[in-house]
Amino acid sequence: MSVFRKLAWVALLLVVGVSMAANWLAPAGYAKQYRTQPNAPPTRQHWLGTDEVGRDRFARLLYGTRISLLLAPAAALISTLMAALVGGLAGYLGGGWARIAMAVTDLFLSLPWLFLLITVRALMPLNVSPLASVLVTFLMLGMLGWTSAARVLCATSASLRGSGFLLQARASGIRGVRLFGVHVLPNLTPVLYAQFWISIPVFILSEANLGILGLGVAEPMPSWGSLLKELEGLVSIGEEPWKFAPLILLVLVVTSFQLVLSNREEMAA
Amino acid sequence: MLGWRITRHAVAILATILLGGLLSATLVRLAPGFDADEQQLDPRLSAESVRTLRESRAQEHSIFRFYLRYINGAMHGELGMSHSLSQPVGTLLRERAPLTLRLVALGLLLSWSVAMAMALTSAWLRVSALDALSTIVTGTFLCIPAAVLALLSVLWNVPGSLAIALIVLPRVYRYWRNLLAKAYSLPHITTARAKGLGELRVLFWHVIPMAAPQLLAVAGVSVSVALGAAIPVEALCGLAGVGQLAWQAALARDLPLLMNITILVTLVTLLAHSGADVIGHMLRSQEI
Repeated sequence: MSVFRKLAWVALLLVVGVSMAANWLAPAGYAKQYRTQPNAPPTRQHWLGTDEVGRDRFARLLYGTRISLLLAPAAALISTLMAALVGGLAGYLGGGWARIAMAVTDLFLSLPWLFLLITVRALMPLNVSPLASVLVTFLMLGMLGWTSAARVLCATSASLRGSGFLLQARASGIRGVRLFGVHVLPNLTPVLYAQFWISIPVFILSEANLGILGLGVAEPMPSWGSLLKELEGLVSIGEEPWKFAPLILLVLVVTSFQLVLSNREEMAA
Repeated sequence: MLGWRITRHAVAILATILLGGLLSATLVRLAPGFDADEQQLDPRLSAESVRTLRESRAQEHSIFRFYLRYINGAMHGELGMSHSLSQPVGTLLRERAPLTLRLVALGLLLSWSVAMAMALTSAWLRVSALDALSTIVTGTFLCIPAAVLALLSVLWNVPGSLAIALIVLPRVYRYWRNLLAKAYSLPHITTARAKGLGELRVLFWHVIPMAAPQLLAVAGVSVSVALGAAIPVEALCGLAGVGQLAWQAALARDLPLLMNITILVTLVTLLAHSGADVIGHMLRSQEI
């Protein structure tokens, strides 16, 4: 394991650990408003200052990081399971099933990712509770992000179809769901595992994009997307540099994921 | 053979557009609040007026009727009305498409030129520090959300096309670098160099033709990435293009407008992919 990869692991574990301990480390709740101190610069009480309604930025960053880091893997899990089901089954069944499944996959892949996301997001109600908006955003990412993984899994599953151990299993009378579940699916695990990890940074970035565009997690719930939206009103970088803290943290986490995943990407390809 | 390939692509595009359109229409129809109209809440309207309003929208209730009406209108150049902007969708798209096309074309040109220059410098000089630096710079851009790059472009007052270029660059550079590295490691390149061929000649006679089909495939993909990047760039930089229109339609839940934009973007993306595939095929057949 290279030094960079080790450092990336340490950074990831540190960020995850600190964000999980938000309840104890944050000086206040993410929605608590210090009405007398709106737009305050960093102080000993508020390490990253307060936002325009007087909420502690450091607390919001910790809670927002926790939401993004908990729900992006959950969305990745949904998308990986869907990819296994659609791609894995299509490759295993072959023929017309594979063609139909891949045609649907191509249909999704032919749309730029962000267009697809905002179209589907617009189909759902925009005025929902903050908790519902978190679930809607990450559920949508999970339900739409399976397509490229499905392609890889279809190819892997198809390559297994003619293998000796499957022929032997068929000759032993194993058929259908059992053959797929017991003999095909376990052999797809390394690819599924790689696809799961690859999806996490993609979903983190997608949520950030949606949040900045006002189509992500709803206020007062914090997420990296809603925290980065604060950059919209900046006039210069030197004006309030502490507002860049969420961006620096996001870049650190996504870079760490990229470094950790560098060998998994090759495996997934 | 080429004719068959083009026909196959044309049929695939047509089928995808029809299927995608039907899917969009279905989703629009099933979306929560589809039947709601703010006008119906106007207290000044009588029950009869509200009923007339409901009846006027009743023809959109059947998905297939709604879709057939849409196709029929589209064939006559009528794409319906935007609920939020109260303008014909066709007019909105005609007004805004040129700006988006210009932004995307400029962004792609910039990103491809820079990616090519960086990858070639890396491949020619073969200095590991330079290669690492290029990878770190492009890798950093890959880790920044597209919307943040758009915000930074507003902050630094740089054109939107540059923001699109910075979003596309890391993806294109990775392919360029890997393809060139692979091509330069082939034995016939070493032989050509050993025979005294100049670097430019090696590049244009042996390396580029080898990598061209794959690079064309990347070109198709980068069109899709650039179109996706147009949404945050146009929305946050205040550029009145199709990306901004899609964002406004999403915020206003103007589903018919969003459906039309989605179909248009799908069509452009598919044309780019198919064009890249057909040209790649022509190049491969010339090599044989």
